[in-house]
Amino acid sequence: MKSTLAIAGKELRVLFTSPMAYVVTAVFILITGYLYYNIVLFASTQSMQIMRAQGALPKINLNDLIFRPTFHNMAVILMLTLPLLTMRLLAEEKKIKTMELLMTSPVPLLAIVLGKYIATMVVFTFMLALTGYMPLLMWYYGSIQWMPILTGYLGIWLLGGVFIAVGLLASSLTENQIIAGFIGFGAVLILWLIGWLSQTMADSPLGPFLAYLSIGEHTENFIKGMIDTGDLVYQASLIVLGLFITHRIMESQRWK
Amino acid sequence: MIHVQNLTKRYGDLTAIEDVSFDVQKGEILAFLGPNGAGKTTTMRILTCFMPASSGSASVAGFDIFDQPQEVKKRIGYLPESPPLYTEMTVTEYLTFISKIKGIERRDRTQALARVLERCALTEVRRRLIGNLSRGYRQRVGLAQALIHNPEVLILDEPTTGLDPKQIIEMRQVIKELAGQHTVILSTHILPEATAVCQRVIIIHEGRIVAVDTPDRLSAQLRQSDKIRMTLKTPLPETADALKIVPGVLSVFHEPSPDGQVFIVECDLGRDHRAELASLAVHRGWGLVELTAVKLSLEDVFLKLTQEETKEAAA
Ligand SMILES: Nc1ncnc2c1ncn2[C@@H]1O[C@H](COP(=O)(O)OP(=O)(O)OP(=O)(O)O)[C@@H](O)[C@H]1O
Ligand SMILES: [Mg+2]
Repeated sequence: MKSTLAIAGKELRVLFTSPMAYVVTAVFILITGYLYYNIVLFASTQSMQIMRAQGALPKINLNDLIFRPTFHNMAVILMLTLPLLTMRLLAEEKKIKTMELLMTSPVPLLAIVLGKYIATMVVFTFMLALTGYMPLLMWYYGSIQWMPILTGYLGIWLLGGVFIAVGLLASSLTENQIIAGFIGFGAVLILWLIGWLSQTMADSPLGPFLAYLSIGEHTENFIKGMIDTGDLVYQASLIVLGLFITHRIMESQRWK
Repeated sequence: MIHVQNLTKRYGDLTAIEDVSFDVQKGEILAFLGPNGAGKTTTMRILTCFMPASSGSASVAGFDIFDQPQEVKKRIGYLPESPPLYTEMTVTEYLTFISKIKGIERRDRTQALARVLERCALTEVRRRLIGNLSRGYRQRVGLAQALIHNPEVLILDEPTTGLDPKQIIEMRQVIKELAGQHTVILSTHILPEATAVCQRVIIIHEGRIVAVDTPDRLSAQLRQSDKIRMTLKTPLPETADALKIVPGVLSVFHEPSPDGQVFIVECDLGRDHRAELASLAVHRGWGLVELTAVKLSLEDVFLKLTQEETKEAAA
């Protein structure tokens, strides 16, 4: 436990002394903010039209109109940005030979994997927390239901957790950061795109199975405001599986 | 303190080390001497539990490297070939992190840090980013990393490569001071280095140990003789014996070669035996083709030892 924290602490220090964490966070905040602004603009013109047509203030649901698409956007942008955060985690240590240091110090391999995962989750949580201005603005100027927003955040947080576990796994495969980034991105994209395939194959028996595998499917309920145990189990098992495979890969690399 | 038995490591088809066995006593400094690709780093990586051996066994401070790697790791300080440094950290930050992963208690950390900064002469640069330090200072930070938890055993992989002569001397001094309290294994390809710091040298070549001796005796072995290489067209069976009784000749090695028989004659230092040997060969009608003095450089120790090894293996 102590060594896990030591690794996580070191990782955070490296993340925040190099520009990486800041750049990724800034890009994430800028793009989500830009899309959010567009959505809000679109929603207000729409409600304006409805008002003109009906002659009265319409009862619109800001949660559905604004936050559902915003969460969807976040998911896609995380898919693009989180691999940038995870790609260097293990690849860099191998490249600059510090892996030899970690592996010959009395730190269990699991602590290395967990420490790195936790540190990245901290950065990601920080990134996500910064988007909190979006619901706060809406709450200040309009009326929103907080529950679906919180479950939405939980869903996105878990989704990011899976992306990071997958990215960490990708990073264990190579000592080239760029390759690790691409593998991570590709893997995350596949998890996402299985959903599309399941729609086109909806009639075949494979359809529901693919739908179950698709990560988007398991994020949707959270965004709609529902917490489903099945979804929790799915996300948690993907995270555990990702970390487990990473651990196995690192162990097997010793035997090469 | 360190006990190694029949270690073998294969990378696919390539055998990096084969059947390596040796012991190191407590407080001793041992050098691994060998040319590039000899298997020095491989052996060290196995001892430090970085990777497992293909076969064989080893123990460090009484703990088996396969069964109790955690215990072994706690007792070893390891400086790998390229110092494992985080260039974005300052020296103090880095060493603090190291002290955490080596399990040094919080209350002992400051003291451990001060001690190691002092010992490796890093106190002045402790606030600087490692990335901005010169090669020599980085190497010292690497050594400080290995020393911080005051380990019983130190394994240093080529600790002086890339340093300037002054820094080499300083580094050797630091290593020498470690003897006694620590057991040290270091690797090098330079014989004088081994001579300068170590009590015992293991010469390793192509993954096999070809000699184990004290540096004094190794260099004595080097300097005690001159070598003369004679190529003879028509030697007789008694030629070797006839050469051996020439005054000053210590031993004669004999091997066939494409243009005749080659005799390597080992003689006393100090006197040139070439004229004597030439006249003997002409006199007896051995068909002298060539006669040259063989210069035995330090590198030739490797060559000589390894050639003999190869011949033995072939026989
Ligand atoms: N990861 C690896 N995969 C395949 N072969 C390897 C690997 N590491 C080392 N080798 C091979 O094993 C042999 C021994 O290498 P090793 O690094 O132990 O030599 P060394 O004595 O440390 O050499 P140097 O003086 O150059 O550091 C070499 O032939 C090397 O090419
Ligand atoms: Mg080496």
